[in-house]
Amino acid sequence: MLKIMKYLKKYWWQILLVVIFVAVQTYVDLTLPEFMSKIVDEGIVNSNTNRIIQIGIQMLGLALIGGIATIIVSFFSSRIAAATSRNIRKDVFEKVTNFSSAETNKFSKASLITRTTNDVQHIQMTTFMILRMMVMAPIMAIGGISKVLKNSPSLTWIIAIAVVVLFIIIIVLFSLAMPKFKIFQKLIDKLNLVTRENLTGLKVIRAFNNEEHQEEKFDKANTDLTKLNLFVNKVMILMQPLTMLVMNLTMVAVIWIGSHQVDIGSLQIGDMMAFIQYAMQIMTSFMMLSMLFVMIPRTSISANRIMEVLNTNPIITDPESSKKSNNKLKGQVEFKNVSFTYPDADEAVLCDISFIAEKGKTTAFIGSTGSGKSTLINLIPRFYDVTSGSILVGGIDVRDYLQKDLRDLIGYVPQKGVLFSGTIKSNLKYGNDKLSNEEMRKVSQVAQALDFIEEKDKKFDTHISQGGKNVSGGQKQRLSIARALAKNPEIFIFDDSFSALDFKTDKELRKELKKYTKDATVLIVAQRISTIMNADKIVVLDEGKIVGIGTHKELVKTCDVYKEIALSQLREEEL
Amino acid sequence: MPPIHKVSEKPKNAKKTFKMLLHYLKPYYIPIITILIFAILSTILSIFGPKVLGKATTKLFEGVMFKIQSPSGYIDFNYIFNILAWLVLIYISSALFRYIQEYIMNIISVKISYNLRKQISEKINKLPLKYFDKNTYGDVLSRVTNDVDTISNNLEQTLSHVVSSVVTIIGVLIMMLSISPLLTLISILTLPLGMTLVGLIVSKSQKYFKTQQEVLGEINGHIEESYSSHEIIMAFNAQEKTIDKFNNYNTKLYNSAWKSQFLSGLMMPILSFIGNIGYVGVSVLGGYQVIKGRIQIGDIQAFLQYVRQFNQPVMQVSQIANVFQSVMAASERVFEFLDEKEEVKDSENTISIEELKGEVEFNNVMFGYDKNKIIISDFNAKIKPGQKVAIVGPTGAGKTTLVNLLMRFYELNSGSIKIDGVDIKNMKRSELRNTLGMVLQDTWLFNGSIKDNIAFGKLDATDEEIIEASKKAYVDHFIHTLPEGYNMIVNEEGNNISGGQKQLLTIARAFLANPGILILDEATSNVDTRTEIIIQKAMNKLMKGRTSFIIAHRLSTIRDADLILVMDNGNIVEQGNHEELLNKKGYYYNLYNSQFETKTSES
Repeated sequence: MLKIMKYLKKYWWQILLVVIFVAVQTYVDLTLPEFMSKIVDEGIVNSNTNRIIQIGIQMLGLALIGGIATIIVSFFSSRIAAATSRNIRKDVFEKVTNFSSAETNKFSKASLITRTTNDVQHIQMTTFMILRMMVMAPIMAIGGISKVLKNSPSLTWIIAIAVVVLFIIIIVLFSLAMPKFKIFQKLIDKLNLVTRENLTGLKVIRAFNNEEHQEEKFDKANTDLTKLNLFVNKVMILMQPLTMLVMNLTMVAVIWIGSHQVDIGSLQIGDMMAFIQYAMQIMTSFMMLSMLFVMIPRTSISANRIMEVLNTNPIITDPESSKKSNNKLKGQVEFKNVSFTYPDADEAVLCDISFIAEKGKTTAFIGSTGSGKSTLINLIPRFYDVTSGSILVGGIDVRDYLQKDLRDLIGYVPQKGVLFSGTIKSNLKYGNDKLSNEEMRKVSQVAQALDFIEEKDKKFDTHISQGGKNVSGGQKQRLSIARALAKNPEIFIFDDSFSALDFKTDKELRKELKKYTKDATVLIVAQRISTIMNADKIVVLDEGKIVGIGTHKELVKTCDVYKEIALSQLREEEL
Repeated sequence: MPPIHKVSEKPKNAKKTFKMLLHYLKPYYIPIITILIFAILSTILSIFGPKVLGKATTKLFEGVMFKIQSPSGYIDFNYIFNILAWLVLIYISSALFRYIQEYIMNIISVKISYNLRKQISEKINKLPLKYFDKNTYGDVLSRVTNDVDTISNNLEQTLSHVVSSVVTIIGVLIMMLSISPLLTLISILTLPLGMTLVGLIVSKSQKYFKTQQEVLGEINGHIEESYSSHEIIMAFNAQEKTIDKFNNYNTKLYNSAWKSQFLSGLMMPILSFIGNIGYVGVSVLGGYQVIKGRIQIGDIQAFLQYVRQFNQPVMQVSQIANVFQSVMAASERVFEFLDEKEEVKDSENTISIEELKGEVEFNNVMFGYDKNKIIISDFNAKIKPGQKVAIVGPTGAGKTTLVNLLMRFYELNSGSIKIDGVDIKNMKRSELRNTLGMVLQDTWLFNGSIKDNIAFGKLDATDEEIIEASKKAYVDHFIHTLPEGYNMIVNEEGNNISGGQKQLLTIARAFLANPGILILDEATSNVDTRTEIIIQKAMNKLMKGRTSFIIAHRLSTIRDADLILVMDNGNIVEQGNHEELLNKKGYYYNLYNSQFETKTSES
């Protein structure tokens, strides 16, 4: 919480202005009632119109000053709050963008998203509230108390009692409701979960005639939420009538006790009336302060979540003196006794992996799920660092490159076609801003994407919605292949990138790709044997170890795991 | 707290929505009237409060004056005590009335949201699947949560606040008029000025609130996209590009955020200043009238009190108008959804099949998801009991369309589908769906135990039946390797079980349901080979003796099928068995060869 406060430091003079003008505003708020009664007492009672106008002008002048002060406060506090959250948001976003996969996985992407959006938004709200209300509360309380002490110190103890009572009420109500608030979120999540379940399982639910069963489930979640809602509201609606009652009863008490003091002559009636005004103000300010106590714990949770992100440094960093790739071995990828264990995991995913993927050749990786194929190729662009051993790209250890230089060498196509909102063109240009229109057509044609792009009304300018929801899975894969081709890298990595394509397209694409990438190093991960049958080198993985390296023909004879996979997908005579 | 108002959306058809809303509130008329009565009572009491209090101070004042004038003078403490006692009574009952009012309101609003949610959830099950082609899940979800919340929270606020504000305004106005119509006129004259200024500010700040909301949506979208595609950004060295785009949004957000916040903060100082102008104006004029002897001093004092009381409710009403607009917009969305056309009801004279043979017949079937775009035209086929039908075609060819029609998720445009000679339209939906079993590739598991997930095929299944079904689906052994076996909880994302195992679980579900006719979807991606073999084995076992439709990817399945339906662009382009279709040298021939060309060219 305190650490997040340092974001406010930059705006210290604006904050100072806010404090000054809040003081002005509070002063006006406190003295305005005096003028109001002065108009009556000095003007109207004495039938002095000039005096009325005179005091009226003074009063309006004062009110104007107060109004302007409020506007200035509002101006600076909205700017400070918005700027602070802007700066925090920026720092968090930059930090996360430069994280390696190890850190994003540690936090989980969903959690990072809420930290950057909801938590920052929450801080903005709180900052604004603090600047506008919480600065005011102490000033108002101090102003009120000093006036009270000056005018009628003998009644001060009533205020003290009233404030204590108010505090007790607020604390009791919140301690009753607060624990429930947490359950609240859980129940809402549950309700959402059941609804989402009903929506995603629509067909299955209907197919099994289980609509009623699902409705009962929803009804249970709905009832739980409703019950809790009833309870929390029952408690919370007590707040306003109770605090109002306390304030009103204080007033009655002041008059009763005050009138006795008036009787013995230790108090003026006017002072008593003024005392009531101040008492109200003091109590209001204490109520505001108590709101602060409610808000701060919630905000500090958000602040801590943000600081956690800001205090995390990526484990993968650039070397102090970097190297560029060796020309002789350009494009070659070599694994030397590589082992890898995910952070916080007990068992190694990859164990003693060694192979060489040569330039101009296709190296394929196959194995059952969990065999470590995807992990293996994710090590090449340094999404993670190896636990032991080393990976050489172009003869140089990947850790000796600047991350930027290393990744410039690689064209990566992920398992799920991931597109960015924008247009088809902006997506294809993602890795290469200088891509010409001819090149763009060329890579689309190689990736078998040209046909469907041409079919669209706006062709390459077709809008792509967030996450690429408006194109099919197969189209997404083809576009992300084209995007990697557009980069024209030395090394291509295809992480099971053909799975959503039908056989026909898959075959066409591979044919074209082979021509296009003949000078590059190609690494392919696949589930389908037909995709990799023609690779120059096939690496068979099983439980994180290499169990066979060779061509299709060799492996069918020598490698049992490979044979088993092949047999399940092809007929005996096709082997 | 400053008014943190959201963008209020305007309802499209305000009148209709309002009527619906009133209709919806109908069962609550009695409690609502009770609320209104209590609101009026507590407001009247709060208007009277100051007046009664004034009496006490006046008496005190008189007593003091009396004491000064004569030595035997005294303060009438009995009187003051009585008044204060009354005052305590007034305040306590005012608080009590208020609590009762809010208590009833709370019950109503909670009940309303419960009922709305229930209705929406039931509606989901009654809507035709067609509806979900056009509307996203997110949209329906936000109606269940956000919209319902907006309605229940704000309805409460609007109802009670409108009542107390209006009552206060009227009460104060009556009091003011009774003192001096002329002065009342003067103080009301400042109202239009205030209203115009507020209106101006509100419309301006609304604009920025709207931009803020939009930019917030954009920036959140960008954050979500960037974080979830983190690896791609790294791989393409696009960090700077992404950050630049982010900074752009962030600056826009900053500008609209502080402006909207600032503008809405202008409201209070401006209104209170105008209030002060009115106050001074009334004082000047009132003072003049006192001099003329047309009005009493005490009355002026009271009048000025009322002027100060007048402003707040006026401000409240103008804010409530905004809130009410968002209630209307939310209700409109909810009512729209509840009003959607439901699935065609089961026909009245349904025919049930006594003993299922499993014969399926398609007669001149015409169908299009869009009425103007027929994709299946004049499709005829007759499948004998126990036969296997393979549906093949490239991705996106519409292979699931046939499934949708058989299950009667969608209605035919014309023609008929008959099971054992009975048109499925004449069958009860529940009976039809009991007859058909479905194992799709996008396996649907819910957040619950494995046992419950399998039992979804037959809710009253015994443990033995469930284990038996799992054994048939070759998944019993796997389940025993899980931490808590059959009681292991499938998590929310359903990602604590691999894709292949999920398919086996849904096969177990189908075994348990024991349908007469099967619809299957063969596994393609994301399943490792060993599991794929097991899935195949389980599916073959399940198909034994049952008429089956298979969305096929494996050539062996296709070749062994009794009938192959070849689909492209939604339509069935060819049908026949493997040999027939190969001899035809048409679409199927090309499709078939495309996969084996590589192979033939190699060997």
